Amino acid sequence: MAELIAKPVFAGQGPLEKAGLTLEPLPSGPIWLVALYPGAAARAAKLLKPLGLSFPEPGRCSSADDLRLIWAGRDQAFLLGAAPPEGLTDTAALTDQSGGWAGLSLSGPGVEAALTRLVPLDLRLREFPPGRAARSLLNQIPALILREDETRFAIRVPRSMARSAWADCALALERLEARAER
Amino acid sequence: MRVEGRGIIDRSRPVRFRFDGRDYTGFRGDTLASALLANGVRLMGRSFKYHRPRGVLSAGSEEPNALVEVLGKTNRTPNVRATMQEIFEGLETRSQNRLGSLRHDLMAVNDLLSPFLSAGFYYKTFMWPRRFWESLYEPLIRRAAGLGSLGGVADEGVYEKAWAHCDLLVIGEGPAALMAALTAARAGADVILADENPCLGGRLLSDGGLIGGEPAANWIAGVEAELRALPNVRIMTRTTVTGAYDHGTYGALERVGLHRPARPNLPRECFWRIVAARAVLASGAQERHIAFPMNDRPGIMLASAVRTYLNRFGVAPGRRVTLFAANDSARATARDLMAAGVQVAAIIDPRADASNVEDCPVHTGAEVVGSRGRHGLRGVRVRKGSETFEIETDCLAVSGGWNPALHLTCHMNGRPRWSEDLAAFVPMEAAVPGLTAVGAANGSFSTHGALTTGKAAAEAALADLGLRPAGVALPAAEDAPYNHRAIWAVAGEGRAWLDFANDVTVRDVRLAAAENYAGAEHMKRYTTQGMAPDQGKNSNVLALAVLADATGRDIPGTGVTTFRPPYVPVSIAAMGAGGRGKGFAPERLLTSDQASRDRLAPMVEAGLWYRPSYFPKPGETTWREACDREVRMVREAVGVTDVSSLGKIDVQGSDAGRFLDLVYTGMFSTLPVGRIRYGLMLREDGHVLDDGTAARLDDRHFLITTTTGAADQVARHLDFVHQAFCATWDLRLTPVTEVYAQFAVAGPKARALLDTLLDAPVGDLPFMGYRAVTVGGVAARLFRISFSGEQGYEIAVPADYGEALFRDLVARAETLGGGPYGIEALNVLRIEKGFLTHAEMDGRVTAADLGLGAMISAKKDCIGKAAAQRPGLTGAARGQLIGLQSDEPISAGAHLFRPGEAITPETSEGHVTSVCFSPVLGRWLALAFLRNGRARHGERVRLVDHLRGLDVICETGPPVFLDPDGGRMRG
Repeated sequence: MAELIAKPVFAGQGPLEKAGLTLEPLPSGPIWLVALYPGAAARAAKLLKPLGLSFPEPGRCSSADDLRLIWAGRDQAFLLGAAPPEGLTDTAALTDQSGGWAGLSLSGPGVEAALTRLVPLDLRLREFPPGRAARSLLNQIPALILREDETRFAIRVPRSMARSAWADCALALERLEARAER
Repeated sequence: MRVEGRGIIDRSRPVRFRFDGRDYTGFRGDTLASALLANGVRLMGRSFKYHRPRGVLSAGSEEPNALVEVLGKTNRTPNVRATMQEIFEGLETRSQNRLGSLRHDLMAVNDLLSPFLSAGFYYKTFMWPRRFWESLYEPLIRRAAGLGSLGGVADEGVYEKAWAHCDLLVIGEGPAALMAALTAARAGADVILADENPCLGGRLLSDGGLIGGEPAANWIAGVEAELRALPNVRIMTRTTVTGAYDHGTYGALERVGLHRPARPNLPRECFWRIVAARAVLASGAQERHIAFPMNDRPGIMLASAVRTYLNRFGVAPGRRVTLFAANDSARATARDLMAAGVQVAAIIDPRADASNVEDCPVHTGAEVVGSRGRHGLRGVRVRKGSETFEIETDCLAVSGGWNPALHLTCHMNGRPRWSEDLAAFVPMEAAVPGLTAVGAANGSFSTHGALTTGKAAAEAALADLGLRPAGVALPAAEDAPYNHRAIWAVAGEGRAWLDFANDVTVRDVRLAAAENYAGAEHMKRYTTQGMAPDQGKNSNVLALAVLADATGRDIPGTGVTTFRPPYVPVSIAAMGAGGRGKGFAPERLLTSDQASRDRLAPMVEAGLWYRPSYFPKPGETTWREACDREVRMVREAVGVTDVSSLGKIDVQGSDAGRFLDLVYTGMFSTLPVGRIRYGLMLREDGHVLDDGTAARLDDRHFLITTTTGAADQVARHLDFVHQAFCATWDLRLTPVTEVYAQFAVAGPKARALLDTLLDAPVGDLPFMGYRAVTVGGVAARLFRISFSGEQGYEIAVPADYGEALFRDLVARAETLGGGPYGIEALNVLRIEKGFLTHAEMDGRVTAADLGLGAMISAKKDCIGKAAAQRPGLTGAARGQLIGLQSDEPISAGAHLFRPGEAITPETSEGHVTSVCFSPVLGRWLALAFLRNGRARHGERVRLVDHLRGLDVICETGPPVFLDPDGGRMRG
């Protein structure tokens, strides 16, 4: 008999504080991809309602407490924080992706300054307010980017690229700090 | 020398720097050019071709002469414009393009040969003997002519790239730019104000004057304070907008650390990509010089530059200055000099009707026709009517009028329009969508014109953006007319330079015209005019005027050359920032990565993945020893290897089977639940795209695998097929490569190993069977598949458990006489069995070539099936997959020939794709494509590899070398 010990992707990684910003791993938790089958939107809405969620519009995120339903592509969304409700199986293709993503949190006043080194999107508050989400690039790494609030972004990248993603973010912070020194 | 009471330099902050090995002192706020002039240094460089002594011509980024090398601790930057390099404590610089010292440049001998070195000289002279060009002539010419030199080591400096977005991008920092920025900012628009100088104000800093009844400096300070206090404004100084591109995207180069001592992590430069809904170009105008004989001596500079050095830097570029200008505005330079106590020797004005009322001698209707002074100007010769006379002077301020700095408006193929009134090109409207040129950049040369047009353009932009102007009062300002007469070249003895940077003279342009290179583009290429780092900013219009005169046309009829990005030279390091090392290739790490490294496995790249090559044991000195041991271990006991990098795609929905029938050559809809089938995918053109397996997890759920390198390609292909051909099907595709860690367990003891690991015994799981299992309570998937030809399983667990499972599997394998194996051994194992990788499926082969033609099901259609049957994609004339054996080393990439045939590209009958040494068979094995190969098993072929010097006779045979019946893997 075997006993397997889980090792989350950023196990042991502490936060990095530079240039007034904080880079830290996001706590791991359930992540499911919910890909609606054709014509299943109405059924899905009914099943999601008890959770306080609705299927998000493109580029948006539906939130309820710790639950997030983040748009991830056409008729697709990531459900964060819980397993999908019973009955969704016939409505959507579900895949448990919990260990497949590495989550980073980048936060602090003027956090956009760091991200504009890495992300080609228009991240101005007006254009990318809290609750906006996008699949884009973090440097060269495919990423799911969500603005949690005015000063905090949650970034998820494929697990295998976690180390490179961390290094890219850390470098952006170090360069910002070097710029600020007089 | 310094002039008291002038300039915005900080005289309380002296700064020491070096130029050509000598120490100098300047002040904070100085450029290298202003600080050197203040120290009496006029000679700053040597010209490109003739090695003429040169001094500074301008005070801006268009400088053609004063190019220097900046020496850092680890890097050397050539061709830095001394007019843009700010000095800082410890700055080390030196002159360039010289042999010996700057003062005694041995290459100056070229200047004596100048009568022979005219345009087209190389083309005419170095024709024979032909082979001398590469070996002798070109190296000599390259050594004699040139710019600065590189340090010879890679630039390890830090460079950065970044994005910015705004509603309005204002390019410039003069009155038009400030007015535009203020107007837009007060209305609430997001504004970026970008300019290449370190401080705001533009020409106002040099020209002074009153705005709203106050000194211009007060107005600038007020506007700057307001802009800096607004949250919707970003001021980007030291940032040159270098190019205008599609969709309102602009490139810009920021000098982040070039004006400060180097520091770890501080970028030297940052290349910005600014996306703006609207843009205002307020880049001002650039003064023209005049092509009079011997107009290139140190001390001869633009009148506007003289005024800038005086008023902005507190430096008089000479003790006795002469002005040569055909417009009224340049006279202000003379007046400012006199007010500062600098002697003005004379004003030379070619206009006979110009005013001669000044506090210094004025010669109207006169021209400068010569100059003297070897390393610096000592005097000029003036012609007035029929008489000529000399004026002793050490600085000549020249103004031939102004050219709007309209370059960015031409970056999307727009051509400027000739304005007869201004004797200059002005921008064509809407040449760059969303960009409006204002102020001097659009030909409004007065301060009033700048303020008015800046405000109007911002208001128009606000209207486009749906914002209401908040009301900005237009302050009163100077609105003098631009009184000028066009003057291009002055006839006389001696050379008259047009393009200082590339040493192109009036004579060269006339020669080009005489030799029928009369079009603007032809003349440019024949003479190299405008092809230097200044991109012809100082010479284009002058050269066109001379060409027009030489060919009897007017200027607009002669044409205009094209301005292309970048507006100023941009270092490749800045554009490629982030691309050094692994910058553009993120590392993909397996969950077993650390465990493999703990065992000292060298990692090799497979796509972006890092996979263990082999696991060395004590005493093994080469990779082959480790690899051979690992192969025998798998064949005799059991081996474990990480196969997580293979692509995995979830295919769900009631149409999943139907979809796989469409994309694979084989039939999948009939696959029973719990079974796996090998599949081949074709491209639409009939060639093989990839191979892999599909397991049916339940009735409406398949999991397919792809090769490591083709995972993205296959995912894209499947998405395309889904969206283009069957979008309405009940089907969803989800890549899940990252979700599972998957390990192959292979060898005669594989089942025994798994029985000790799994919560329930493996039992009779058949070959190509699938079962859900648990490991220590963790849900896992068990697949009975084999890429080694042995009894083989692959077990997948959620990625979080990957490392633990790998360590556990390896430990258990070791108790059974097994252990981990790397991809070297994996490769040997699969070649012995004739299994394929993308070495064989290289994009040019068909299923028939691989001997898998029978896998294209006759019962149904599939992507690529029709195309695969085209003539030319079938038949014996094509290379067919075979096996090769040899007792001598052979190589992949080698070509195959019939023994006795000549070795030529035409007689090649095939090539080798994969090679290994089989420790089990004790021979070298290869997979290869040989013309009509399947009919030639047993023949001998000659293998030739010119690259590795191999020439070996091999035996051909079937591509499966070991256990052709598959008894070992099924058993």
